[in-house]
Amino acid sequence: MTVVRISDDALALACGADEVAAAFVAAGCTVERVSSWGMHWLEPLAELDGHGFGPLEPLDVAAVLDGTSAKAIGRIEDHPFIAKQQRFTFVRAGKTRPLSLDDYAEHGGWNGLAKARAIGPEATIAQVTESGLRGRGGAGFPAGIKWTTVAKAAGTQKYIVCNADEGDSATFADRMVMEGDPFMLIEGMAIAALAVGAHRGYVYIRSEYPHAIAKMEAAVRASAHLIAPFELEVRVGAGAYVCGEETSLLNSLEGKRGEVRAKPPLPALEGLFGKPTVVNNVLTLAAVPWIMANGAAAYAAVGFGRSKGTMPIQLAGNIKHGGLFEVGFGVTLGELVMTVGGGTASGRPVRAVQVGGPLGAYHTPAEFHLPFEYETFAANDGLIGHAGLTVFDDTVDMSAQARFAMEFCAVESCGKCTPCRIGSTRGVELIDRIRAKVGRKPDRVEALPQMHNARKVERSLAEEITLLEDLCETMKFGSLCALGGFTPYPVLSALRNFPEDFGA
Amino acid sequence: MERLQEIIAAHAGREGPLLPILHDVQAAFGHVSEDAVRAIALALNLSRAEVHGVVSFYHDFHAEPEARPVLKLCRAEACQARGVEALAAGLAENHRVKVEAVYCLGLCSVGPNAMVGSKVHARLDAVKLGALVEALA
Repeated sequence: MTVVRISDDALALACGADEVAAAFVAAGCTVERVSSWGMHWLEPLAELDGHGFGPLEPLDVAAVLDGTSAKAIGRIEDHPFIAKQQRFTFVRAGKTRPLSLDDYAEHGGWNGLAKARAIGPEATIAQVTESGLRGRGGAGFPAGIKWTTVAKAAGTQKYIVCNADEGDSATFADRMVMEGDPFMLIEGMAIAALAVGAHRGYVYIRSEYPHAIAKMEAAVRASAHLIAPFELEVRVGAGAYVCGEETSLLNSLEGKRGEVRAKPPLPALEGLFGKPTVVNNVLTLAAVPWIMANGAAAYAAVGFGRSKGTMPIQLAGNIKHGGLFEVGFGVTLGELVMTVGGGTASGRPVRAVQVGGPLGAYHTPAEFHLPFEYETFAANDGLIGHAGLTVFDDTVDMSAQARFAMEFCAVESCGKCTPCRIGSTRGVELIDRIRAKVGRKPDRVEALPQMHNARKVERSLAEEITLLEDLCETMKFGSLCALGGFTPYPVLSALRNFPEDFGA
Repeated sequence: MERLQEIIAAHAGREGPLLPILHDVQAAFGHVSEDAVRAIALALNLSRAEVHGVVSFYHDFHAEPEARPVLKLCRAEACQARGVEALAAGLAENHRVKVEAVYCLGLCSVGPNAMVGSKVHARLDAVKLGALVEALA
């Protein structure tokens, strides 16, 4: 009987994978629902005997089975998109059934946890430190140092919190881990728990990911006996982007408004319910089992400068070959967008690439030579964030994108600090005036004679732009967290790289 | 009211029970009413203001019920790059379905995307989105 493997992750389902699977079943095939290979432009992708076919519709099934399908892509493993990758975290992608403990164990699962149990907490932390693994959520803080702080913190009650509030546009690697290989994340959390001496852990998943929530809950139930005495629980967010910020996430877990906390105290010392807490992103924790199983040196051998190991890069937006591309740090931006991604889906020239989600800078093709790694992007007024790339073609209006960045910040601000809460709204108004090319006349109150310090003459367009830069400066240095602090990146980069869209 | 007490009892004793309770109340009743806020505050030994503050903070919790079916349309950058703004403008005339903006469904390589309940839809164009709205209305 023919075995057909089709992904059941949310993206495949959204593209119609269930209907295609049903058509294969109706044709007498056995269908195995596996994780996604990450070649999203080919979803729904069916795999028969190692060979891929996609993107399929139910009507294509007959041709696939009689060998005449024009949608054949050859052996999936040999496809250039897959062959060029270095898959550490996504080593099982496309190959295992997400909720099968047998599949996971057969493909190297639980080896990392076994190793950690054998060598003990100190040696485990030493491995993570030596691997050079840095926080994959965006900040890039060394995981080993964070774990050491928690391990050395006083107290017996400690927590492992997994930040699965993947709210950045253009990012979906966390979702793919949770929907495709949930036991890997659980194993990573169990290793972290063993290393720092924690007994409870939470996975905080955003409510926009119902499929990831269902898979993680099932996986936590199925593997509880394997990670005991560590206890794990899935918690669901409630639609607040800012809860991806670690302290706001902790408040949300505690049942409070998701407002950011001032640091210090660091969550590593006073985190969830005031107890020492490791807060790591999904990708950080998911990288740990591989590091433990294969050794820190093997991980650190890959990468660029201080950015060690691999990064699951997410190619999104107006891109021909969108999907998940895991590779060692150091690959250039141009290679990712043009060679791997194939340029825009619309076929028009690339005008801008936003790197790092809604708080990341807009880069131009002139910056395509930049190696993809933390320090280079920071030095070029940008950030790699959670490694999502949004590609735009030449129809994009960059002043509209700058306005959106401010608008998004206004919608999602937690309201705790003034630069973010009020600055974002003033920013929207300011960009609206710049786009409309109207200056700003003094309002009624400002025009009053007793308002001695208020400006009495109209502000010109050039002065409005200076004011916008000033506002961005205030937000960047005056905000409590990255939401207000990084919103200036997309705004200023749009202003700097595309001045013609701002009436200049 | 009985169902409300069941929900509260089911989560009592958990660490940080408020969000799980509110999720269940929102799912069971379609909104978190003033009465529910009162009962939850009493059960968790919180002030009503604290519970209200949490309800009003999160986009997922609503103080008023929504009579219309809800379609969540992703309006974030990746979907913008793939043309969601033109689609959204086409829905402006529609009043039978509530079109809610959502910032990212994590399907950013195959947008524009929408979600109805927990069912996700990708590669939307005007025809597909129109059909989706018609099916709901």
